Amino acid sequence: MRPAYSRLVEEIRDGKFVFTGELEPEKVTDLSEVIKSAEAMKPYVVAANVTDGPQAMAYINSLVPAYIVQRETGLETICQMTVRDRNRIALTADILAAAHLGIKNILALSGDHTTLGDNPGAMPVYDLDSTQLVYLLHLLVDEGRDLAGHEIHGKVEINVGIAGNPNADPLEPEILKIERKVGIGVDFIQTQTVFDIEKAKTFLKEIEYLNTPCLIGIFPIKSYGIAEYFNKYIPGVSVPDEFMEALRRCKEEPDKQKRKEKYDEANIEFFAPFIKELRKTTKAAGIHVMAVLYERIFKPLFEAVG
Amino acid sequence: MIITEQKPFEEILEMVKPYKKIAIVGCDTCATLCQTGGEEQVNEMAEKLKDRVVTAFVIETPCDERTCRRDLRKHRKEIEEAEAILVMACGVGAQTVGELSGKVVIPALNTKFLGMTERIGRFYERCRACGDCILYETGGICPLTRCAKGLLNGPCGGQVDGKCEVGGYERDCAWVLIWKRLKEQGRLDLFKKFRPPRDRSYKAQPQELLFR
Repeated sequence: MRPAYSRLVEEIRDGKFVFTGELEPEKVTDLSEVIKSAEAMKPYVVAANVTDGPQAMAYINSLVPAYIVQRETGLETICQMTVRDRNRIALTADILAAAHLGIKNILALSGDHTTLGDNPGAMPVYDLDSTQLVYLLHLLVDEGRDLAGHEIHGKVEINVGIAGNPNADPLEPEILKIERKVGIGVDFIQTQTVFDIEKAKTFLKEIEYLNTPCLIGIFPIKSYGIAEYFNKYIPGVSVPDEFMEALRRCKEEPDKQKRKEKYDEANIEFFAPFIKELRKTTKAAGIHVMAVLYERIFKPLFEAVG
Repeated sequence: MIITEQKPFEEILEMVKPYKKIAIVGCDTCATLCQTGGEEQVNEMAEKLKDRVVTAFVIETPCDERTCRRDLRKHRKEIEEAEAILVMACGVGAQTVGELSGKVVIPALNTKFLGMTERIGRFYERCRACGDCILYETGGICPLTRCAKGLLNGPCGGQVDGKCEVGGYERDCAWVLIWKRLKEQGRLDLFKKFRPPRDRSYKAQPQELLFR
């Protein structure tokens, strides 16, 4: 087994039920908002993902913000790395740079396709796929050489994460894909957003034989509009009717402050039992909380789940 | 087959504009089957460009230097007279005609892909000519072509109900198709197999295949 280079993997291996957050630097050059978000979630999470051009948007890269967040806030980051925009030379370069900068986690992803983003005319690279990126990381971290067999001078001490999708239907090819990656060297899995606890449970059960810690992804919903957007534009995942109805009632509150409080309450009401149940009845290693620009939810959520 | 489609006529007209005398050359192979550069389409084009046209004919296989040279020779006089040749064939045909004639080449078609024909007007890309076929391992379904990301170890997280995130969840996810096919064939071990990164140097330069 690969050593625990990161606090995240260390805490998981210590048997702690961990929480991770998510930071999404956008089309910016100033990182103060991201730093502010990181500060706000820091007391509650062991690490935070830094996204890499989510939805194929041409945003600031993930590596520099991941480094700056660690340096400025002390919060460990999970640098997301997609194979969409870089060939193996650029990926190797960025992993070596990440190692130099003290990044301890990389989440290896395919990345949403270029045609879904805001520069749809871009050339999709995919020289490697996400499994092959896991392989490249394995070579760099565990064997000190690159894909062509050339020696790396210095150590790459990085733990490797992958994504999983409990909503996948059919689920079997998804599980077999994860098995492939685990066979190469995976330290943790973070899943895409799940609202249906049964799907989360099924997924966890299905991957149990792989003995790889898994954090279930949740998406606290800041407003009814976001929930509507989710249902309309994010296929394969839908906000459950009762939660939708609760959010709709919050929307009707005219007072801004009270409306905020109501939204928070609705989220706590939905997610606190969700988390408690996963913690109690499954082998989930923790929860990946994708509360981008909704960091205020962490405190009441933590109080509610104890 | 090489699938082609005709460029918009306005675009062709724009390229043809500077020339008073043009020859039109079609293709009797793929472009005929696609109905983009066969005899009928060549005649239609000649009709549209009327006065400028000095000759219009179809070459058996414009991508084959031997038949291309032979058929161009048959129309030597008109070709010499023409200032430009409007080629209604794929990019290979257009280049061959250009090289052999030395004339200005105007492509009338856009070359789309190597495809399977369901019927005329319904063509599907099935091969990327990657040079290293793995169809045996993938249930006869090419992931390099039919997976939008060309993944060798799919599926990705973008499949929903067996459909692909690219193109609005209408096309089948190639890796779900591969999984189904291999499962039916009792060969899921091949699905689970890790396929290492490819040597792409082969496709990183113009290809030549020289037997002798």
